[in-house]
Amino acid sequence: MAEEKKFVGFICTGCGIGERLDAGQLETTAKRDGKMQDVKQHEMLCNAEGVKMIQDEIGGGATHIMIAACSRRAKVEAFNFTEVAMTRANLREGVIWVRPDTDENRETTQEMADDYIRMACAEARFMTKPTPSGEQELNKHILVVGGGVTGMTAALEASAAGYPVTIVEKSGALGGNAANWYKSIPSRAPYAEPQDTGIEGMIELVNNNDRITVHLNSTLASTDGAPGRFKATIAEESGATTEAEFGAIVQATGYKPYDPSELTQYHYKDSPDVVTNWEFEALAKAGGPIKRPSDGKEVKAVAFVQNVGQTSKDSGKLPYHSGAGDLIAIKQAMYCKALNGADCDATILFNNLRTPGAAGEDFYRSAQEKMITFSKGDVSEVVPGGELEVKFKDLILNEDTAMKADLVVLDVGMMPNSGPDPYAQLAFEEAEEGSEEKETLRQALEVAPPSILNLKYRQGTDLPHLRHGFNDSHFICFPYETRRTGIYAAGPVRRPMDMRQAQDDAAGAAMKAIQAAENAGKGMAAHPRAGDLSYPSFRKEGCTQCKRCTVECPFGAINEDEQGYPVYNEARCRRCGTCMGACPVRVISFENYSIDTVGQQLKNVDMPDEFSEKPRILVLACENDAYPALDQAGMSGIEINPWARVIPVRCLGSVSLSWITDSLNSGYDGIVLMGCQKGDDYQCHFVRGSAMAHERMSKVGDTLQSLNLEPERVEVYEVAITDVERAPKLINDMAETVEKIGMSPFKF
Amino acid sequence: MSDLNTAMAAKYRANFLKEVEAVVEEGETVKMCMQCGVCAGSCPLGKHWAHPPQEIFMMIRAGKRDEVLKSDSMWMCTSCYNCIVRCPRGVQITHVMHGLAYYAKRLGVVPEGQPTQQVSQLFWDNLMKGGRVNELKLGLSIYFKDGFGDGIKNAMANQKLGMNMMKAGRMSPMEFLSGHTIKDNAGFQKIIKKAQEIEDAKFDGAAK
Amino acid sequence: MAKKEYSFYPGCSSQKGATSSNYLTSTQSMCDVLDITLNEIPDWNCCGASIGYGGGGELPRLTLSARNIALSEQHNAGQEIVATCAACWLATREAKERFEHNKTLFDGAQQALAEGGLSLKNQTAVRHMVEVLIEDIGYEGIKSGVKKPLEGLKIAGYVGCQTNRPFGIVGESYENPLYLDKMIESVGADSVPTYEKKVQCCGGALAMSEPEKSQEMIKGIIEAAYDHGADMIATPCPLCQANVEIYQNDINAKYGTKFDMPVVYYSQLISIAYGKSAKESALDGQVVPAKKLEELANK
Repeated sequence: MAEEKKFVGFICTGCGIGERLDAGQLETTAKRDGKMQDVKQHEMLCNAEGVKMIQDEIGGGATHIMIAACSRRAKVEAFNFTEVAMTRANLREGVIWVRPDTDENRETTQEMADDYIRMACAEARFMTKPTPSGEQELNKHILVVGGGVTGMTAALEASAAGYPVTIVEKSGALGGNAANWYKSIPSRAPYAEPQDTGIEGMIELVNNNDRITVHLNSTLASTDGAPGRFKATIAEESGATTEAEFGAIVQATGYKPYDPSELTQYHYKDSPDVVTNWEFEALAKAGGPIKRPSDGKEVKAVAFVQNVGQTSKDSGKLPYHSGAGDLIAIKQAMYCKALNGADCDATILFNNLRTPGAAGEDFYRSAQEKMITFSKGDVSEVVPGGELEVKFKDLILNEDTAMKADLVVLDVGMMPNSGPDPYAQLAFEEAEEGSEEKETLRQALEVAPPSILNLKYRQGTDLPHLRHGFNDSHFICFPYETRRTGIYAAGPVRRPMDMRQAQDDAAGAAMKAIQAAENAGKGMAAHPRAGDLSYPSFRKEGCTQCKRCTVECPFGAINEDEQGYPVYNEARCRRCGTCMGACPVRVISFENYSIDTVGQQLKNVDMPDEFSEKPRILVLACENDAYPALDQAGMSGIEINPWARVIPVRCLGSVSLSWITDSLNSGYDGIVLMGCQKGDDYQCHFVRGSAMAHERMSKVGDTLQSLNLEPERVEVYEVAITDVERAPKLINDMAETVEKIGMSPFKF
Repeated sequence: MSDLNTAMAAKYRANFLKEVEAVVEEGETVKMCMQCGVCAGSCPLGKHWAHPPQEIFMMIRAGKRDEVLKSDSMWMCTSCYNCIVRCPRGVQITHVMHGLAYYAKRLGVVPEGQPTQQVSQLFWDNLMKGGRVNELKLGLSIYFKDGFGDGIKNAMANQKLGMNMMKAGRMSPMEFLSGHTIKDNAGFQKIIKKAQEIEDAKFDGAAK
Repeated sequence: MAKKEYSFYPGCSSQKGATSSNYLTSTQSMCDVLDITLNEIPDWNCCGASIGYGGGGELPRLTLSARNIALSEQHNAGQEIVATCAACWLATREAKERFEHNKTLFDGAQQALAEGGLSLKNQTAVRHMVEVLIEDIGYEGIKSGVKKPLEGLKIAGYVGCQTNRPFGIVGESYENPLYLDKMIESVGADSVPTYEKKVQCCGGALAMSEPEKSQEMIKGIIEAAYDHGADMIATPCPLCQANVEIYQNDINAKYGTKFDMPVVYYSQLISIAYGKSAKESALDGQVVPAKKLEELANK
């Protein structure tokens, strides 16, 4: 039985709104055009009295409310009414702050405000209050894949927060790579000496922790479900399997060292006295003075060759730098001084010495004080022999030279222990049988590492790669947040890092995992729309099983049933609406965000006729970057053209082509779409949304052509949150364009 | 002095940096150089250094003992201290350059006729006579440092300058005869002699 | 103004008939008005300056300063040492600080001083005269004594190296110290705070050994002052003053310039502004006459 709906509007006259605008007329507009059953005014709606007024109306039966005041990004604590469907008309940042306070502008400013009232009312009429689906209950159990430093730290952090944890470790012991180290880079002031790794203590803490279960010699045979209800099959080497359910997952599968065998100039393969930095740890850990592998001689001169096989575009080398390699060399050079005496020479041959952070700088200074030699040099060859010779070009003195050493240590980089690229799997699946592309992909997949998660997702078995095989979705903006909701990457599988950074990472990922599990339990989105209760649904009768939604979902949230219909996994969904924008038959919607909630807004804008000299420009602005930039423009007093009508969208990827067609058909003179930066250095919160919108909009040309409209009436831009001056300018530019090419003839 | 040179070279054969640490003024700060090159870029006479300070420090590490000590680079230092205040590693560059220059002089390996070395020595010898600098005698000794003929030429060339200075009361022919000295020159001489002995002992000790 | 007393280290170049004797004369005029008493350190010796290093090694050089500090501590006990010469100030303060941080050197100096019956406490502050003016008198204090503001004069404040580095004046930057500009403003003249050569090296003692290299730099210092429309250059350093002033003929001959830029001491500016005569302010000590200052003094 449908509940009875009651629509009530609220108009704030504070912050200058009452002085700049005719509130009486706004009220009339809300009632007459916006069909609000009741409209209230308040001189400061966000104060306790104003909020109470709204609450009283809700208590009195209001089910849909329209608040005309400041931007939807302002006063969110005051206007937090989860029990009703709510819309906001942005009269402050969106109208009075972007228009000059002069008599000649009064009319157009009022028209702007009236339109925003109409839009907000229309949006309210077409939305329903989001409610939790009840799809799942809270599952607090966190699964950690990998039992190294990162995995153990994540487990300890989550358990300290009260969450049970299961660690799945492939090898027979906890500790990972770091268990083989002699010491670690210092994590505490004064950052002058290598310090104990603390691994034994950490293993003991994990083993003695009642909340942590450890599965050694185990892998994941299958992982399915969604945050809050992940179902994993843990397979032991012995063949035994365990089924368990988890709320969220942390993948901390770490790294493996790069193998320098192919770089023959270092003679790593032929000389036992040329070792990698990771192997050198074992020589130091053996106890006593460091002895060289070939003849057991105590070393008196050690050369550290930095950046081996890294930061190179050459095939077979790593295109990136491991970040920690130089700090590791400093640490290991200190081993030489500490274990073999101050007269043991340790020379670090570097080009660009990277010692990130204040701690790294202090550690570097400490090494210099210990008389460790740093030579800026480019090593060309290591000549093996009883005494090794390291040939290098001294880059300061600009000359070819050489040094003698008993032992040569190669700084090799970290390679992520990630699973196969799921998008390579998808591409393989979609490539034409027998095609060259299919063959190439087949070969690539054959040498790909085995799956780690074995996800039963439509979009592949493992976490997507961001770059060079690392699992992440954005190294800076959204660390740990992979493109598979509820599964978080931490440590060197996410990007190269040292132990201290991995531990920070682990704590961060554990917190994210907890958030995902908790929010899933409440039917809320995780991030970035944390707390969002809306979720997508589709009308099966209209669906053409085209699979665009399932393939284009950036987060692998949608599976397919046997007939090819989408199967939504609410808790995997980030609520970006990319599926909605993708659907050609418009059957996908959220309770409070749909084809109609936006479509009706743009249709309810008052459309003056062709000869009015009052064009209308529709702006669809991403709520994460472009819309805040426009708000900020208002706060900075930057003018926006009075013909613009701005509608925030969740992501440009959610923009339906129908909105564009409808607005062109109903007489809009220009359309500006503002999304985030796309491409390799994307800043889109939903990864591919902006890129897909750009692709889709490239097809708008046909529509324009069929309507005999100029192509420059529709522009798609990448806008950053910092584009406070540029974003208004793009709108104002469109106004100029319209002035040049004339009004649209499609006004009704 | 070449005995000392031989002894030092023999003792520190493989490690010039350690030698510099042991005997050169503020030499223990050299190891902190991180090769950023700010010193080289800050030196007002930078373009005249065959090896800018950054390079000198690298050469010290690379054990290029002769090339450093026989270089006239550090004699280009004007003592402007620009490098010192800009060095992010606290390397006492000005003092190290002075120290290297003095060490080279001690070892007797300074390039023949290096003018700053000569002036420096003349200045020191001048002040050591009476405890204070006799500017007139210093000036004349500088003119005549390359021999009598050059001296007359220099003096003639600078005649106008000298006349101007005398007219301004900032140069006095009286200095040639008497000049300023300290009263307790005997005590002064004893003090500096002792200091010199201690200084010499430092080098002798380091060479052993 | 309350009477202030300091233990004064004038330095070799300030002596009668020496290159900066005009600095001393004008300093005395200035201090007379400011009621500052300068008690000369009895029997002080040369500091070794910035060029002595090549003759004497570290300890003999530092011992020169040790003797001066010891004499000051013995005869002018309780008074801070004040130097007017940049090199004197720097060498003395450097020695004091080196002794504080290096016991071997301190012990060596002490041992040497004992030979002359002296002993070093090394507890005396070593200051430059401009520190006294800025910190003890203050810009307002300098201003309050002005009788003849130097109105209409534009003066490029040339700080040079050793009054600025490595110690410098507290609160000032190494790259663009403003104290000299503020002093110039305090006596009513216009300063050139953006004078880009204000901390450029003049060559120092290398003006003697490497005249061409030094004069190339001096040329830049004078040129920039002309570019800013300055009437004269003012400086706190005797070697800067001499180098920038006395080689102008040589530079003109070599580069075809027509430099005729007076270079004066801040103490001369203050002395004139305080109503002292041209002679008391030692304007007769100029190689390049500071005519505009003379005119003002004679008004």
